[in-house]
Amino acid sequence: MTETLVSYSLVAVYSAMAIYVLAFVLFTLDLARRSSPAPARVETSVEASSGSTRLLERVTTDAPADTKGPRYLRAAVALTVIGWVLHVAAAVLRGAAAGRVPWANMFEFTLTATAIIVGVFLAVQFWQDLRFVGAFVVGFVLIALGVATVNFYVDVVPLPPALQSAWLVIHVFVASLGTAFFALGAAISVVQLLQARRAAGRAAGLRFLDTLPAADKLENLAYRVTVVGFVFWTFTLIAGAVWAERAWGRYWGWDTKEVWTFIIWTIFAGYIHARATRGWRGSRSAWLAIIGFSAVVFNFTIVNLFFKGLHTYSGL
Amino acid sequence: MDAPEPEKGGITQPRLDFVGYLRFFWRQLTSMRTALFLLLLLAIAAIPGSLVPQVTSDPNGVIAYKRDNPGIAPVLENLQVFTTYSSVWFSAIYLLLFVSLIGCVIPRTKHHLDALRVRPPKTPARLERLEGFTTRPSTVDAPAAVASAEKLLRGLHYRVQVYGDSVSAERGYLRETGNLVFHVALIGVLVTVGVGGGFGYTGQRVVVEGYAFNNSLSSYDSFNPGRFFTDSALEPYSIALDDFEATYEESNLDALGQAIDFTAQVTTTMRGEQPREQDIKVNTPLEIGGTQVYLLGNGYAPVVIVRDADGEVVFNQPTPFLPTDANLTSFGILKIPDGLAEQVGMIGALYPSTAELTSGALTSNYPDLINPTLTLEVYTGDLGLDNGVGSNAYALNTDELTQVAGRNAPEPTIKLGLGDRIELPNGLGSIELAAIPRFASLDVHHDPAQGWVLLFAILVVAGLVTSLFVPRRRVWVKAVTNKDGTVTLEYSGLARGDDPALEAAVADIADRHSPSPKA
Ligand code: HEM
Repeated sequence: MTETLVSYSLVAVYSAMAIYVLAFVLFTLDLARRSSPAPARVETSVEASSGSTRLLERVTTDAPADTKGPRYLRAAVALTVIGWVLHVAAAVLRGAAAGRVPWANMFEFTLTATAIIVGVFLAVQFWQDLRFVGAFVVGFVLIALGVATVNFYVDVVPLPPALQSAWLVIHVFVASLGTAFFALGAAISVVQLLQARRAAGRAAGLRFLDTLPAADKLENLAYRVTVVGFVFWTFTLIAGAVWAERAWGRYWGWDTKEVWTFIIWTIFAGYIHARATRGWRGSRSAWLAIIGFSAVVFNFTIVNLFFKGLHTYSGL
Repeated sequence: MDAPEPEKGGITQPRLDFVGYLRFFWRQLTSMRTALFLLLLLAIAAIPGSLVPQVTSDPNGVIAYKRDNPGIAPVLENLQVFTTYSSVWFSAIYLLLFVSLIGCVIPRTKHHLDALRVRPPKTPARLERLEGFTTRPSTVDAPAAVASAEKLLRGLHYRVQVYGDSVSAERGYLRETGNLVFHVALIGVLVTVGVGGGFGYTGQRVVVEGYAFNNSLSSYDSFNPGRFFTDSALEPYSIALDDFEATYEESNLDALGQAIDFTAQVTTTMRGEQPREQDIKVNTPLEIGGTQVYLLGNGYAPVVIVRDADGEVVFNQPTPFLPTDANLTSFGILKIPDGLAEQVGMIGALYPSTAELTSGALTSNYPDLINPTLTLEVYTGDLGLDNGVGSNAYALNTDELTQVAGRNAPEPTIKLGLGDRIELPNGLGSIELAAIPRFASLDVHHDPAQGWVLLFAILVVAGLVTSLFVPRRRVWVKAVTNKDGTVTLEYSGLARGDDPALEAAVADIADRHSPSPKA
């Protein structure tokens, strides 16, 4: 039974990945399409943004929602949705095979966390059109899934006593949610940096940027997404401490994983302060968001695999 | 939000006296820029401690690191890198950060308390410059429109002030309150963590099945008191380990022998109370006498009986062996200073489920006791117990000793199965493996401030959520009487801090106040 479910789960992962590849190609084609010689619309928007006040800003930023050739984009999103359904099915099957939540080792955690990343990316579209970061998000998820299936794969094994806790469910799930929002924030910040370069006249080649929101608008979007991630991360930190108190007999012991969770938290606290500090708004705070997310990835990969500590749950 | 940026006043003063310098320094320290700098510095300063083993979390790692890196270890030692999180430099950064934080929070609290009493500001002359500007024709005259707008905004929990033909409203003071709660709660966390560490203690004790331990200083194997610890903090109680049960995976071939559950069944006795039977598990510590008792490790403690040449028992007790792998291959030291013709020391290895490697060496292939073997290399000579050198229970200094049974001796290594009794070499006597009970290593923690830390942590999250997601905004409704006598209503708003929903909110107010003909 377990083995059947595990193999179904793997089939679902591989199918999801195949569909994500198509979605990635279409997201990229969409960016390329935005680079093709643009109609007059772009000129007006550039003009408006150069004289931008708070009020005018909106005029330029509605441009990407324009109807010209969004077929790639709609197809890309539709494929992402299909891929995501398979992806979620893979995680659920894996959980069913193991008889517990599917995030008890690195393979399972990567599988589930990437599903949450895509889920958050899709959900956020209802609030705000962020399809232009689709290539970044789906590309990142593809790489992560590739590494997970090739390098992190482990068979289903029972949970060691230290992981048998409700906190595994809460702490790790919320950490994944936080990671998803940080990922989205970082993706938007990358576009923001490109946009800032373009505004400074240094990214002439990247025509697709003309159709995307201006840097300051992107900064606001990145901020709103990232602070949600920050709240989840703060909760993760506290829930982790509560669990550590239960399992290891102290709520904080500067274990390597604890240290890195703290470092990430501090970087994002810095990010929030940077936005409120004169001279740090803009590209510098965007860099902090990207560095923060890089630290999240580092914490999950390098720290798990190569640093010594109590969090030896990779299963490798 | 009203972030108090440093005023530039300090710099423009031509000559600074001492107080002036102090004030200038204080302003710098409590500026947002400094807070940001210190936060990022703290993040960077925390990194070395994750790269190099720490004395507190991994003392053996530190010893190994020093052995393997003799060149750089002394330098790191001098820089306190092995104790990063209590080092002078790390402490300096976070203390400065918190001084900055306090210096920041106090004036902001004052400012906020004032703001709570001030009425919303006068309506700006030109609302069309502000956000979400909307106009609607009015069906009523100006005073009536203003009165209904006032009522509406009050109902939406705005603080409202009428200025002539306009209403000025503000809401979201909770945002700044949340921000202050967040920052103050951070201070609370730091202080309570410090207090807990200062007055608390942690102790470790290995208890063998059938034995008990008392919560007193002398009965701990190791003990770490806080700076302000006194003996009176030790609540007298005893814990007897009645039984230790370990469950291992038996069916899943990928995880054969993996531990699934550990349960220590104990009988606890508080002074003057009836004994109680309780369980301690990983993840479910025992709460007793203001302490938590954790099950952090386990292993085997073979009971060895040594008899002298006349058959008199000279040694009969369990000796905890250190597990070295997942199948509980364990090592331990037996020391018999008295009763035999010579002092005897033995280096033992225990294989709970004995298997033979192709090389002939023994190993264990399952953690439970299936067919245990105890092997012993026997030494004679001066154990050095009198001068204290040989006092480490898990080490035997063999430099001055003679091996009488083992790889380098005429007699082979002693091998004992459960219940076996074998003669010792040189007519010293005999040795018997009588039983192999389990031991549990218990960690006892006392942290008087732990609950407070949790409370402040919860306040941190509550304050954070409030301060990030409660919008703070001002909204104005103005009734403009036109030349022809008709009345036009104007609506607009102003965000204070991040407020993505401002325009929608203004539109909503306009809709409620004067539903547009379309709707
Ligand atoms: C222990 C160090 C600190 C941490 C971890 C920290 C963290 C944070 C976080 C997470 C926020 C965003 C949430 C909120 O608005 O409540 C924030 C906001 C803020 N902090 Fe801090 N803070 C620290 C120290 C300071 C210091 C020293 C100052 C004063 C200079 C300060 C001033 C502010 C201000 C003014 C805001 C509001 C920013 C805005 O308008 O977005 N903080 N802080």
